[in-house]
Amino acid sequence: MRRQATLNNEPQIFLLLVQMGAGTPTLPFGASERNPMSTMSLVKQQAAQSRLRALKQRLQHGDLLFRALVMLGALCILLLVIAIGYELWANSPLPREKFGWGFLTSREWNPVRQEFGAFPFIFGTLQTALMALLFALPISLGIAIFLAELAPLWLRQPLGFVIELLAAVPSVVYGLWGLFVYVPVFVRPTAQLFNSTLGFLPLFEGPVYGPSRLAAALILTIMILPTISAVSRDVLLAIPQSQREAALALGATRWEMIWQVLIPYGLSGLLGASILGLGRALGETMAVTMVIGNNLDLSSSLLHPGYTMASIIANEFAEATYELYIQSLIQIALVLFAVTLILNFLARLLVWRVARRVPTEVRA
Amino acid sequence: MMIPNLAHYRRRKIINAIMLFLCGVAAFLAVVPLVWILLYVLQEGGQYLSLQFFTELPTPVGVPGGGVLNAIVGSAIVVGTACVFSIPIALVAAMYAAANPDKPLGIALRFATDVLSGVPSIVTGIFAYTIIVLPQKQFSAFAGGVALAIIMTPIVLRTTEEMLKLVPRYLREGSLALGASEWKTMLQVTMPAALNGIVTGIMLGIARAAGEAAPMIFTAFGNPFFSTNLDQPIATLPHMVYVYAISPYKDWHAKAWTTALVLVVLVLGLNIIARVVTTWQLKRMGWR
Repeated sequence: MRRQATLNNEPQIFLLLVQMGAGTPTLPFGASERNPMSTMSLVKQQAAQSRLRALKQRLQHGDLLFRALVMLGALCILLLVIAIGYELWANSPLPREKFGWGFLTSREWNPVRQEFGAFPFIFGTLQTALMALLFALPISLGIAIFLAELAPLWLRQPLGFVIELLAAVPSVVYGLWGLFVYVPVFVRPTAQLFNSTLGFLPLFEGPVYGPSRLAAALILTIMILPTISAVSRDVLLAIPQSQREAALALGATRWEMIWQVLIPYGLSGLLGASILGLGRALGETMAVTMVIGNNLDLSSSLLHPGYTMASIIANEFAEATYELYIQSLIQIALVLFAVTLILNFLARLLVWRVARRVPTEVRA
Repeated sequence: MMIPNLAHYRRRKIINAIMLFLCGVAAFLAVVPLVWILLYVLQEGGQYLSLQFFTELPTPVGVPGGGVLNAIVGSAIVVGTACVFSIPIALVAAMYAAANPDKPLGIALRFATDVLSGVPSIVTGIFAYTIIVLPQKQFSAFAGGVALAIIMTPIVLRTTEEMLKLVPRYLREGSLALGASEWKTMLQVTMPAALNGIVTGIMLGIARAAGEAAPMIFTAFGNPFFSTNLDQPIATLPHMVYVYAISPYKDWHAKAWTTALVLVVLVLGLNIIARVVTTWQLKRMGWR
């Protein structure tokens, strides 16, 4: 009775072993039929052995090691992001102890009196970046619409590439060109025009300077155009064709189709694109440092020189002489890092929302 | 039957024409600054371009001649260091990202890559400063390399990831079905198939890193003399442009333009080659 049961069980165990990839186990001489009690234990032993062999094989093929290595690489990238945040935090304790949150709101930046407040830089950064976004948004949207909807097919690739090249020009070259060409030739006359027509607003108060926040905003405009237009174009291209066809079939003109159907459909993606552009503008350093005039001017006028968070670091970091000074600058970098982290998160979330609805992948 | 409101139709058609026209204008408006910059850099930089410029060291203010040999060599060393650190990690992480886009770590990796590419270069510089310059108490080419490595990594990673994803499934499956292990499949089938794209990514990364001046200010720092030492400050092309540009001297301004010309040719050249290679690769894989 017992023997019967063992025999009946054996094919299942065989099957199990075969499934585990061990092949048919060869029972050792005289094991199975004659001694049913030890058959079970032998089979178990063999199963263990073949499992070991399978493990060895996997290790020998190197796949386990390979997977571990690849995962390690992925973890390295994650750790790098965390390490950047941690290092900036760990290397700037002094200003936090001395000024606390007041660091962000204090208007005083005086290395001689050891007073440090980041407000002028935060203000300058926000002002220039938001103005740049304001200028760049309609132009980029126009570019995106042209590239995605209007341009003849043969033109789309080359024109898209030329606009991408705009993003490839090094920041310092923008700065050089801005300093010697763009500011005197274009920005100054524009500033004078603003001042003479809108001078009653505090935003456009005189006197007019060459290097100014307006110069920074106008050069940032050019620099964030490619970012916003590339992402917006991808968002528009991700919208299903049926939406366009439906709008046109209802009698809409092409512009009505774009304005009343495509743009609302891709709104969150377009918003994401703008936030990405804003993020780029906030962190841009060299070009801004070279044209903004680097002055602790506290007026709100766009036509006056100013400072941004990035430009104060670029300008003073190498010359900062004592701990508190250096750490205050590192603290500004930390603020900049935190802001870009939040903005990136928001932007990706918004862009993904459009991309998720449709199969095409959109990624900035 | 209702009589169509002709004035209304006409207005809609006019608005349509105007707005579409404005979109086209916007697209060509974007080309203007690029052409303007390139022409100016060519015109101003071309005047002083000579063989000397590539083979001589910088001269002090007012002394004619001189070149940027130290900055060219310095840029090569710093970018080379960056490549050594960033390329292996970026490639390996890209393999993970391409193979596991839906796992939690894959999603986290994607987000981390996106964040890294959005971190301002100056913040990267400060990070390199805190981990290398502070402990060593010395500006060094090595610190510059680390800063640039962080800037390069997301670019290489992303391009490689996209290219690995483009490799047709059946190539991979064929290899696995023949009994090849995963890593062999990756190294001998998938990677060679995506090789052009990966090289493109590396070129784009190098182009971006080579143009970064902001992190150099407090990592590589700059050096008026010839140096190949990783532990010492070193000159780089973009930093040289910055130093020359903000100086008050006319002849240094001229040198800034010439250095910028070298830099622009290098960076845009890499970008254009990368683009050509990508198009070629996409065609080979049956896209477009």
